Amino acid sequence: MSRLANRLAPWALIGFLLAGWELACRALGIPSYRLPPPSAVAAALAANLPLLLSSAWNTFAMAMIALALASLIACTIAVAASLSNPLRRAVSPLAVALQVTPVVALAPLIQIWAGIDHPKAAVVALTAVVAFFPIYSGAVAGLSAGDPDLERLFDLYGATRLQRLAKLRVPSAVPFLLEGHKVAVGLSLVGAVVAEFAAGSGGSQGLAWRILEAGNRLQTARMIAALVVLAIMGGALHGIFSALERRLLARWLGR
Amino acid sequence: MTGLPVLPTKGREQAHIAALEGVTVNYPGRGRALGPFDLTVGAGEIVALVGPSGCGKSTALRLLAGLEAPSGGRVTRTAGRGETSVVFQSPTLAPWRSAVANVALPLELAGVPAGERRDRAREALAQVNLADAGEARPAQLSGGMAMRVALARALVTDPRLLLLDEPFAALDEITRRALADDVLALWLGRRPAIVFVTHSVEEAVYMASRIVVMTPGPGCLAAETRIDAPSPRLKGFRTTPDFRTAAETVSDQLARAMAHPR
Repeated sequence: MSRLANRLAPWALIGFLLAGWELACRALGIPSYRLPPPSAVAAALAANLPLLLSSAWNTFAMAMIALALASLIACTIAVAASLSNPLRRAVSPLAVALQVTPVVALAPLIQIWAGIDHPKAAVVALTAVVAFFPIYSGAVAGLSAGDPDLERLFDLYGATRLQRLAKLRVPSAVPFLLEGHKVAVGLSLVGAVVAEFAAGSGGSQGLAWRILEAGNRLQTARMIAALVVLAIMGGALHGIFSALERRLLARWLGR
Repeated sequence: MTGLPVLPTKGREQAHIAALEGVTVNYPGRGRALGPFDLTVGAGEIVALVGPSGCGKSTALRLLAGLEAPSGGRVTRTAGRGETSVVFQSPTLAPWRSAVANVALPLELAGVPAGERRDRAREALAQVNLADAGEARPAQLSGGMAMRVALARALVTDPRLLLLDEPFAALDEITRRALADDVLALWLGRRPAIVFVTHSVEEAVYMASRIVVMTPGPGCLAAETRIDAPSPRLKGFRTTPDFRTAAETVSDQLARAMAHPR
């Protein structure tokens, strides 16, 4: 019974808030360009669903391509850095600088490099910049997180650097890598939307563009409908990657 | 019960397998951790290092293993690479590897072919009575079983020098005793020299042929006691007057060392 209550609780809250919103809009006569009632948002969602879904797919695809790119680059650099202390020290301030620079500030520059004809490339590049840091810092932390006694054992048996990397450091890094990627997934979706806004052209045809477009036309219900799709996609992605992380971690631990 | 011949312990020291001569170890920021300290380990000997926490027992063990270099003095080791094994306080198994793959790790690092190392790892697991647990992951093993796997990993290379750093400290009394008997039974096979660090005087008396008591840190030699009883011990050794006397003697030595640090 209480399990059922726990499961229903979030939905009950959503239902309650939506009902309050709907009633308030009707009772106070708020103009719908300012705040449309949920029923109007639902109607806009239904009417624009194919377009919103294809836009969501575009945003999703750009985020995932960027994630893959960031993962590849971050892991490669982290492995190289773990083999050479000077390299790790050299890379560290650059990685931090990249992380603390707002992606919006980088956007105009990357747009110039990508060229006006390739807005998608610019969005992917900007998103990859956002997703890079959590994966890189996770990988660097993980690659040096081997059990010190296990490291001593590798010393004792005269392991080569490559053996140490492949049989100790990389496997030890797995939980950190999973965590880093989970964080990066969420960030990459945020990054993709922000980058689309910053790119400011319709060329990327993602959800951000739908929001901008509807906003310019004062179609507030459509704006909110796009936000709803974005929130659902973000939540689903987070859920999927959390479950994946748990499964892989359990497998790594042999549980 | 185990009517096995007693190995003479005297006269074997000539063939020593590792020796510390006047070694000191200083750690930056912490000062001296060990020494000056002397210890000679003869082939086939079982030596217990007993001393208070922080007296440098583990440091001495790492010197014997060649994992660390002394700040002063001399370390000589006749056991080469792969002939020295260490068992740490925790099992330190790789969680992503099965028990048999963990045991095979030293052979894998030495480039032994896959088939052979699997056979030898299975054999070593059988020696520690874990023949059926080969496919289990460390997370599925109890503390005592995990320690046995660590022991099998140490034995798989047929070491001449086996170093145990408080290997049973985290286990319950019954498991400790069972493991102590296991170690002695295993020693009977190839008779590697064993040096083990322990907090427990009774464990030291039960297992060792020689007990070295150390002073509080920086640790130096406080006293040395020989236990002239057959190894492995006869059943009921813990209840004999000899055992009690030896345990009292070592306890007194330890108490004196604690009361009068240099």
